[in-house]
Amino acid sequence: MAKLEISDLHVSVITDDTSKEILRGVNLTIDAGETHAIMGPNGSGKSTLAYSLAGHPKYRVTSGTVLLDGTDVLSMTVDQRARAGLFLAMQYPVEIPGVTTSNFLRTAATAVRGQAPGVRQWLKEVKDEMESLQMDPDFAQRSVNEGFSGGEKKRHEILQMSLLKPKIAILDETDSGLDIDALRIVSEGVNRYKADSAAAGEAVGVLLITHYTRILRYIQPDFVHVFVAGQVAESGGSELAEELEADGYVRFTGQAVPA
Amino acid sequence: MTAAPELSEARLAQAETIDALSTYQFGWSDSDAAGATAKRGLDEDVVRGISHLKDEPEWMLERRLKALKLFERQPLPTWGADLSEIDFDNIKYFVRSTEQKVTSWEDLPDDIKYTYDRIGIPEAEKQQMIAGVSAQYESEVVYNSIREDLAQQGVVFLDTDSGLKEYPDLFEEYFGSVIPAGDNKFSALNTAVWSGGSFVYVPKGVHVKIPLQAYFRINTENMGQFERTLIIVDEDAYVHYVEGCTAPVYRSDSLHSAVVEIIVKKGGRCRYTTIQNWSTNVYNLVTKRTKAEEGATMEWVDGNIGAKVTMKYPSVWMMGEHAKGSVLSVAFAGKGQHQDTGSKMLHLAPHTSSEIISKSISREGGRSSYRGLVQVNPGAHHSRSTVKCDALLVDTKSRSDTYPYVDIREDDVTMGHEATVSKISDDQLFYLMSRGLTEEEAMAMIVRGFIEPIAKELPMEYALELNRLIEMQMEGAVG
Repeated sequence: MAKLEISDLHVSVITDDTSKEILRGVNLTIDAGETHAIMGPNGSGKSTLAYSLAGHPKYRVTSGTVLLDGTDVLSMTVDQRARAGLFLAMQYPVEIPGVTTSNFLRTAATAVRGQAPGVRQWLKEVKDEMESLQMDPDFAQRSVNEGFSGGEKKRHEILQMSLLKPKIAILDETDSGLDIDALRIVSEGVNRYKADSAAAGEAVGVLLITHYTRILRYIQPDFVHVFVAGQVAESGGSELAEELEADGYVRFTGQAVPA
Repeated sequence: MTAAPELSEARLAQAETIDALSTYQFGWSDSDAAGATAKRGLDEDVVRGISHLKDEPEWMLERRLKALKLFERQPLPTWGADLSEIDFDNIKYFVRSTEQKVTSWEDLPDDIKYTYDRIGIPEAEKQQMIAGVSAQYESEVVYNSIREDLAQQGVVFLDTDSGLKEYPDLFEEYFGSVIPAGDNKFSALNTAVWSGGSFVYVPKGVHVKIPLQAYFRINTENMGQFERTLIIVDEDAYVHYVEGCTAPVYRSDSLHSAVVEIIVKKGGRCRYTTIQNWSTNVYNLVTKRTKAEEGATMEWVDGNIGAKVTMKYPSVWMMGEHAKGSVLSVAFAGKGQHQDTGSKMLHLAPHTSSEIISKSISREGGRSSYRGLVQVNPGAHHSRSTVKCDALLVDTKSRSDTYPYVDIREDDVTMGHEATVSKISDDQLFYLMSRGLTEEEAMAMIVRGFIEPIAKELPMEYALELNRLIEMQMEGAVG
């Protein structure tokens, strides 16, 4: 069973000629089947954590370790991490002009699974998942993320997750920019993958990054972590989320966060 | 990247290995008995010799000799790619590889057959994906065939030498009528020493539904290939002509300098597709031009993947009202390559329209230039033209330039120009790699997407071929 262990992780963000420390010693362990919510104010480093785990070149790990089932993740390239079972649903998925979504999905599945899925099985798989996410079939013939609405982009990210079947899924503000219906559809997609992966004996571990408690009504977290100034300030159960909903982050930051 | 140092080194070594493996696929050479004995350098005797061997009419010899003088007189063009290293005295201007042209595949000499087997021609012909085949090896066409049903409809598809013999009247009327010898230094050179190429005639109203195909192969080192193609599409007729080119990798350079003249008569349509994949020691200096009459349409689809230097600007002269010209061009400039390509569109009559879409990719210090001219002459009112050029830089040491010239001498015209230069972004690479694609696969996918608007215009098998060539070019792109 999968386990992601993050120990004393320090990360700096690299811009043209400066380097600024964002993560200041993150400790977090996600076991198979668990859902961890990370909540925190803007600029606390939540997205930096997500991108660092996936290996974005803009972020430099200065110390600490990340292990996936005991294997060093930080020495892996971005694609090796994906093939090892890490998935990041991005907040701002980029456009790839001229590449159809169907071609992209199949190439990705082939890379992650290590072999090309059988055509008939694959078409059915994609069709079923797209139906569940209430995506228009035309979608498959459009260029990757090009001209997608905010909601379409997020559904597309969840579609990729359910097709690539990761051991650990990091959802970076998947709820941002979604209306109530889209939020429900996307959340159901996540829950479905949690249930399916558990049934297949490979229960996914989820790291869910969000500003708002709204998505936690749909996706039940086992643990909630408050993230402040590049660290986990406090961990608890879903009652912690309720407290944040009522009082905001003021207890952790010492100042009221603008609405 | 957070990769540990030892891992980066391992990846670097791997990239080098891939680089070494990704040598040019068509780089073998056959025995060179014919080429070895051929004379180097150019003078009047060489020109007379070629004409004599071909038993040509006197007027053609005169044209050749006049063109030779023009070639000698004209300076090398200096406005484009660097041509200063071409050693005209070291080039073999005529190499005869077989005694006779054959029409049955089995009759080809074994080494030539082997070459074309490897390129895949007999397969394409067998599967009837093409309406006719012409294969030029060195200076002459060694194999030529056309489907019987097309021949019966009066479609002519011959090598140009045979065309001159069998259709002397058409040649006297049209040869050099679109591209005169003195047009530029290399059209003069071609006119002086031309050999081989295709002659196509499509009678009135005949639609050739599947493409005619020509393959050009240089085998001899320091060879000059000067094929000459003449295509006449009669009123309301249609043809699609496709050419592919390969050569071995030698230490010193070869020269390919073709002239392609096309006449599309009233209401006719011609599409001319090139997938140029010369090895990277070939200078590819080609003049291609069409005269499009009233309501005629000319479409150039031009893919330049190989060659050391390419200078090629397929052109359309829109002579009659409502004539249309279009160029779809994709160029790939890798290490040591300069692709200087573009188009010329001349609007000479009212209501004419032209479109140029150019896409270039540069990597590993390669250089691609778009050079284009849109000219609207007085009287060509209500003409419209669209130019769109996009350049993609794969790394920071490669180069792309755009030289768009516009010359409008009429008030009532519509003209659009767009140019973009983009780089493969870290975020695009990251997105694809985070879905399991290696850096190389991710780059190739982005590049394929970039040229998709052109690939989709190609017949299926050529689109696949173009993608495959681009992928080969992108191998070892990660260092």
